[in-house]
Amino acid sequence: MQLDFLAVLAEWPALLRGALVTLVLTAVATVGGLALGVACGWARAWGARPLAYVAGAYVELIRNTPFIVQLFFVFFGLPSLGVKLTPEIASVLAMVINLGAYAAEIVRAGIEGTPRGQIEAARSLAMNEWQVFMRVVLPPALGRVWPAMVSQIIIVMLGSAVCGQIATAELSYQANLIQSRNFRAFEAFIVATLVYLLLSVALRHALHWAGRRFVFGR
Amino acid sequence: MVEFTLWDIARNLLLAARWTVLLSLIAFVGGGLVGLSLLLARVAKWPGAERYVGAYVQLFQGTPLLMQLFLAYFGLALLGWDVSAWVAAALALTLYTSAFLAEIWRGCVAAIPKGQWEAAESLALNFGEKMRHVVGPQALRIALAPTVGFLVQVIKGTALASVIGFIELTKAGTMISNATFQPFKVYACVALMYFALCWPVSAWSRSIERKLRRAHA
Amino acid sequence: MPTPDAAAPIVEVKGLRKRYGTNEVLKGIDLDVKAGEVIAIIGKSGSGKSTLLRCVNGLEAFQDGTLHVQGRPLEHANAKAMRALRQHVGMIFQSFNLFPHLSVGKNVMLAPTLVKTTDKAAAEAQAKALLLRVGLADKFDAWPDQLSGGQQQRVAIARALAMEPSVMLCDEITSALDPELVGEVLRVVESLAEEGMTLMMVTHEMNFARKVSDRVLFMHAGRIHEMGPPEQLFDAPQTAELKQFLSALH
Repeated sequence: MQLDFLAVLAEWPALLRGALVTLVLTAVATVGGLALGVACGWARAWGARPLAYVAGAYVELIRNTPFIVQLFFVFFGLPSLGVKLTPEIASVLAMVINLGAYAAEIVRAGIEGTPRGQIEAARSLAMNEWQVFMRVVLPPALGRVWPAMVSQIIIVMLGSAVCGQIATAELSYQANLIQSRNFRAFEAFIVATLVYLLLSVALRHALHWAGRRFVFGR
Repeated sequence: MVEFTLWDIARNLLLAARWTVLLSLIAFVGGGLVGLSLLLARVAKWPGAERYVGAYVQLFQGTPLLMQLFLAYFGLALLGWDVSAWVAAALALTLYTSAFLAEIWRGCVAAIPKGQWEAAESLALNFGEKMRHVVGPQALRIALAPTVGFLVQVIKGTALASVIGFIELTKAGTMISNATFQPFKVYACVALMYFALCWPVSAWSRSIERKLRRAHA
Repeated sequence: MPTPDAAAPIVEVKGLRKRYGTNEVLKGIDLDVKAGEVIAIIGKSGSGKSTLLRCVNGLEAFQDGTLHVQGRPLEHANAKAMRALRQHVGMIFQSFNLFPHLSVGKNVMLAPTLVKTTDKAAAEAQAKALLLRVGLADKFDAWPDQLSGGQQQRVAIARALAMEPSVMLCDEITSALDPELVGEVLRVVESLAEEGMTLMMVTHEMNFARKVSDRVLFMHAGRIHEMGPPEQLFDAPQTAELKQFLSALH
């Protein structure tokens, strides 16, 4: 058994490109998924009954089906409805829809933990419901649930490896290309796996910092 | 042009779904046994257990399941063993499950108040007796809901085994979709079948959690 | 819209009734509060005092009767009208309810910038002036959890004052404070009274009520049981319930 890592490491520019694509996909999915998650979390906690049901059905459907099936449905299934998507767009869309459902539950737990007095104080200051939610309820709520949210974002980042199956040029796709050329499958995937590990550690730190700085910070 | 009815599609998918269920159970039970040993090693504070098990957990939680499947598949081949996708998938999913369950259960054991350990210690119980009669039963109660909940993750994880060629529900879906040119219908069916498998388990896990909370309130 | 007559009551309550399910907590309240008047509301817990106060700024809805503030009736279903009302009626809570994710200065500035669309510089200047007024000029950049209870309550007062209300509602604002911190808060409230602010306070601080208020209301089982100037109520209670309430305090 002869392992040749150099053959794989020599292709580092391709791996770097793949890692960057993974990060960009994750970044866009995070912004979209968080927004969708906040909207659905609000709908489930405080929205009118029909809205809460729709949001609930969406959340349960996504959380009880595999991401790869959601991805295939978006990329292969939607074109029969006339919606043709590039692999990148399909990947981002599937990731946003996926993260949105998990984020909705996390956000819901956060906002349901809001002390009643906070809302009463904000209303007593004549703030409207949008202002009460965005300025007084949401920031501390996100602060409370941020660790869970960060974990979920990392799960989505790792799940994006599947997007290589529809030819999105992210990290696992690049690793696959490399091994198809030099037949060093084991080495290629070890290297890619280690890069993913690095990305998840780095992303965790970056998200914790970003949360404090931009979302709920002091 | 052969016309495929919805029932044709569904029937073939259901047949493949058997393998999804089987793989899920093998991974869950196997992973549970491995995870239990890892947990006990950690709790018993065997030398190095905390560090190595901790690293093991970090590895599986910090890398994609897809990569783990590829590594199992190509790694075993490198060792000279001609393995089918089945064996590779079972191995990868079992280890994946063992890491997550070991971590979930560690949290449950850590939730037991220190006083319980001290009381058991004062009664001169050895480690095995402490786990079996004092800490174990209490940790089990707390662990039930998240463990059942993780079964849902395992079932969803089996879908990735399709990428290394294992014929389960997702792979069957891809093949049928290619044969029938009806990807929308086929993948919708696939999704609904996973939903039918996972949602009852999720609901069960939630009901266990509610009962536990009510008992404590 | 007729302009409110200077002599007309600023808060006018007629026949107010409120139920929680089948439990009636306010059984017909009639009350007129003149501009600049200081009203203290005392009574046992469960007598409905906080509920009455919370009706005035709409945190509680009532089923019967009318409530007018500055000549305008309360319209619970109309969110815009409620917000307009709350720009004129401020509230201080027993548990302060400062926003933990904002600094002290930002707590005070938040509502004026959002609701009155005051520009940031003006809001900041106003916040600094108000914090000076409540004796916390150096705490502009501090965080709520760095302050004592008495300091937090004074910030809450500054926050409510930033909206320039005509009426201030104080709901047991010293009940959650350690005894040595009560005085600093009461001094601020006293200064508000001296400046002519209309105050409605639910309080257990009888000495303070006697000193500062123009009228005291004793509530019992959902009704105003006795009402009058402090000397009359504290020194010459008429009803058995008030006598019992006052004796239980000593």
